[in-house]
This record gives sequence, C-alpha cells and structure tokens, in this order.
Amino acid sequence: MLPVAAERPRKPIPCGALVVHALLLLCVAVIAFPLYYALVISTQTVQEVIARPPVLVPSGHALENYAEAWSRAKMPRLLWNSAIVAVASATGKIVISMLSAFAIVYFNFRGRAVVFWMIFVTLMLPVEVRIMSTYEVIGDLGWLNSYAGLTVPLMASATATFLFRQFYMTIPDELCEAAQLDGVGPLRFLFSFLLPLSWANIAALFVVLFIFGWNQYLWPLMITNSEAMRVVVIGLQDLIPRTGTHVPEWNVMMAAAMMALLPPVAVILVMQRWFVKGLVESEK
Amino acid sequence: MKRAVFKNPILPYLLVLPQLAVTVVFFFWPAFESLRLSLFRTSPFGDRTFFVGLENFSKLLVDPDYYRSILNTFVFAGGVTALGLGAGLFVAALATQNIRGLSAYRTAVLWPYGIAPPVAGIIFLFMFHPSYGVLPYWLSFVTAYDFNWLLRGWIAMALVIIATAWTHVGYNIAFFLAGLLAIPASVLEAASVDGAGSIRRFRSIVFPLLSPITFYLLVVNLLFSFFGAFGVIHAVTQGGPGGATEIMVFKVYKDGFIGLNLGSSAAQSVILMIVVITLTALQFKFVEKKVTY
Repeated sequence: MLPVAAERPRKPIPCGALVVHALLLLCVAVIAFPLYYALVISTQTVQEVIARPPVLVPSGHALENYAEAWSRAKMPRLLWNSAIVAVASATGKIVISMLSAFAIVYFNFRGRAVVFWMIFVTLMLPVEVRIMSTYEVIGDLGWLNSYAGLTVPLMASATATFLFRQFYMTIPDELCEAAQLDGVGPLRFLFSFLLPLSWANIAALFVVLFIFGWNQYLWPLMITNSEAMRVVVIGLQDLIPRTGTHVPEWNVMMAAAMMALLPPVAVILVMQRWFVKGLVESEK
Repeated sequence: MKRAVFKNPILPYLLVLPQLAVTVVFFFWPAFESLRLSLFRTSPFGDRTFFVGLENFSKLLVDPDYYRSILNTFVFAGGVTALGLGAGLFVAALATQNIRGLSAYRTAVLWPYGIAPPVAGIIFLFMFHPSYGVLPYWLSFVTAYDFNWLLRGWIAMALVIIATAWTHVGYNIAFFLAGLLAIPASVLEAASVDGAGSIRRFRSIVFPLLSPITFYLLVVNLLFSFFGAFGVIHAVTQGGPGGATEIMVFKVYKDGFIGLNLGSSAAQSVILMIVVITLTALQFKFVEKKVTY
C-alpha cells in the first residue's frame, strides 16, 4: 500500500486515516444502497412498498414474495437457460481459444498472420453492429429458439485467444524442446504439458466469461421468442409493474431481480481473486 | 516471437478451424451482409430488394430523429463515462491511502459488476418511481420540482446513466487500484520531501502516471456505453419518454426488428461499425503506450 496522499507520510496522523475510512465507508454505502433497498423491498408487503415515507428496513414477507416470483416468472426454467448459456459459452470460448492460440504460437503455418488478424477483427464487430443479418444467419441455420443459437455465436473471442497466446509465449522453449526429445507429439504436449499450466488462466477467464454469458441481453432477446428458451435477464421483465396498469407488486419484482443477480454476484464474491486476475489480464 | 517447434502440415489448420468457422459464419458474413443491405431498400411486402446506392445514408443525414439518437448516445456515453471514471478514481485513490483493509474495500465495491445492466435498471426504475420511489421522495424535501422520469426526458436519461455507471464502477475501481499500486512509493516520498502537498502530488505525479490507464478506461467505458447498454434502455425506458433515451444501438434494433426498415437499419449498423473500429483502434494504442510506460 502506498501513501499516495497521506498528510505526512513519515508521521501518519490517525485522525486522517479515520477520515479516509469514513469517506470509504460512505462510498461503499452509496454503492451498496440500491442492492440493499431491492433486498428490503423484496421482503415487504405491497402496502409497505407503497408506504410514504418509504420503509427502509426489512419486513417478514420474504418467503411468500420469493415463492410468488419463483412460480410467476417460471424461474426454474429461466435460471436453467441462463446457466446453460453462461457455462456453455464460457467453456466453448475457452476451448476454441486455447486451440487456436496453440496453433498460432506453436506452429509455423502458411496464413498464420491472416488467421491472427481475422480473430483480431472480431473485436470490432460486436453483435450490436450486425443485428439484422446475424439474425438471418441463425434463421437460415434453423437455430432460432435453440441452445446452439444462444451459445455458439458467442464462442469466438479475440480477448480469450490473445490471453492464451500471451500466456503460451511466456512458457520457455526448453519445455517444448524437452518434450519433443521424449517423442511427445503436439496434441499430447497441449493436453499433458500446457493444460496443467493453464488452470489459473482458465479459472480467471471462466469467471469473467460466465458473467458475460449470464448477462447477455440483445442476443437472446433476438433469437428466442418461446417462453421455454428465455434467459432470466429477459424473462424478468414480465414482472415489471408498469405505472398505472398493474398492482404495484414491486416486492415480487425485486424478489425476482434478486434471483437473477445472485448467481453472477456470488461467483464474483466467491472467486474474487480469479475474477480480478481475469479482468485485468484479458485486457492486455 | 517463439521458435515454432511442431511440424505438421494439417494440424494447425484443424486447430484454428472451430474459431474461424464461428468467426466467418457469425461475424464476417453478417457484417458483409449489413454492408450490402445498407445499399438496398426492401419492398413493403419484404419480397424484393432494390439497389438504391447511398440513399439509406443520405436519408439518415436529413432525419432529425437520427441526429437526436446521436446526441442521446453522446450524452449517455459521456454521462456513464464521466460518472464511472470520476467515482472510480475517487474510491481507488481513497483506498490506496496508507490505511488498512484495502482488499476488504475492494470486495465491497467490486460486486455490482456482476449485475446485468437491465437488472440494475429495474432496481433504479423503482428507486426513481414517481409515486413510490425513494429518490423522488427525498428530493421532494429539497425542491418542489417534479422528478417524474415518465414526463421528463432528462430524468429518464439520468436514470439509465446512473444504473449503467453503477454496474461498471467496480471495473473502473479495479483498474485504477492496479494502476495506483504500481506507482513506486519512492517517487511519492521524494516529492513529499521536496515539500509537495497531497493535492500537488496527486496532480503532478499520480495523475500523469495513471494517464495510460485512464485513457484505456475512457475508451472501454465509451465502447461499453455505446454498445453494451442496449439492455438497460430496452428493459427500462424503451427509448422513451418521447425518444429522450433512444440511443443509436436501440434505434438500429427498433428500425430493423420492429419497424422492418432493413435498409436504414443496416446503414445505421455500418455507421456504428465505423464508430467501434475507431474506438478499438484507440484502445489498442493503449497497449503501445503501456510499453513505453
């Protein structure tokens, strides 16, 4: 830790540190408030939700609200679909990125530079800039409302490929030379030598990509219209009580929102070390 | 460059095949189709297309709705970026003071990154609710101004900006923290020996040394709010009220997917493609800068 702006670095004043802690706690409180408030609302009755002044402490109706949200939004199906999209797209990205990075680093083949640039260019083509025509491709393939349509197009990742490429470059040539002397072929080298060294990178990448996949919005919105194939971030919206037309059941809404946000947030908190590593390294 | 050590005439192509297949089928082909479609107009029944040259583009350039969506995009992206970077730097600078608990504070601010912007949007939708929301209630003690996002476009814009920046602030903090912790303590000590106060040290040493990271985060936040923020608009305001939060990405979707005006939607996609190429090129300048830094 650094004395970036402490009053006098060699003689720390305790009250300065107290001020810093107070300010930081205030920041944490401001950042945490929306989630706290959503949590509080999800435990209240509709009467408490619409009460003035607003009730800012939890009430005792969590169970019924969560049960209501669970059945009304058909939560099991939504969460299942989101989990499939997140896990399958993250796994697929990692596998195909590892393979292509391996080819780029450990082989000298014709067209290697072209392949590298093709992968790089995908960074410049987010789904938002090719909406209609990607939709048509999926339609032509018959992949609308399917897990293949939800996951396969997400599997090309320039950042994951670059991360593995970067990592392979740091592995000393001697490892590969020694393996070759022992008669180890390329695939065996990949699976028995590189893979065991890559677990830290894989874990870090998986956390970041899982969250990315779970929180996909535009893509599933476009290519699914059946209730059975919806992901939770989209299915949630049916519960929004639009002003004036619905009973203001914001308590049920917030209970559903909690269920949608808990898995990715829990993954960040539990795997925080990997998450930070994944964030910082995948941007190099 | 590594000495390429394996020799095999076919294997490398098989290894890159899955990645290239996905890339060509779902990235290059659709992008090419967008370019092509932007030069065509679809008949009202959708059964025929006519080549119209640059007409889709020239129509956009005289469409006040399109200019409004550009302006909205800049307001939105500028707001998200300024709020996210400002708050991120503030928290990171505080957390790297010579105090205990850095990692606990980092955990305490990082988790909103896991929340999808549309879900964050729904939470803020309730907080901004004209009748039940806690924010209009608190503000009613300060001013009689009606903070109703359904009636006032700028409140709706503030709503989506704050919700989006909220989900991204942890990301900014993580990068600023990494940058601040990389500044050598000796440099700062030397400056304080020379009599530089804390503000002076921040302005003359910390901030310039952070500038590559700041620049990088600037580009990433802009990219994110140009392209990643579709969900929050779609889930919360649907571009309303009266088009006040209709950003470019949302208009591409609305004109193409709902309005079925494929030519215009494709032309807008092409314009966005130019934006994203520019921003990505800038982002990769960061990599060069980091080398010299």
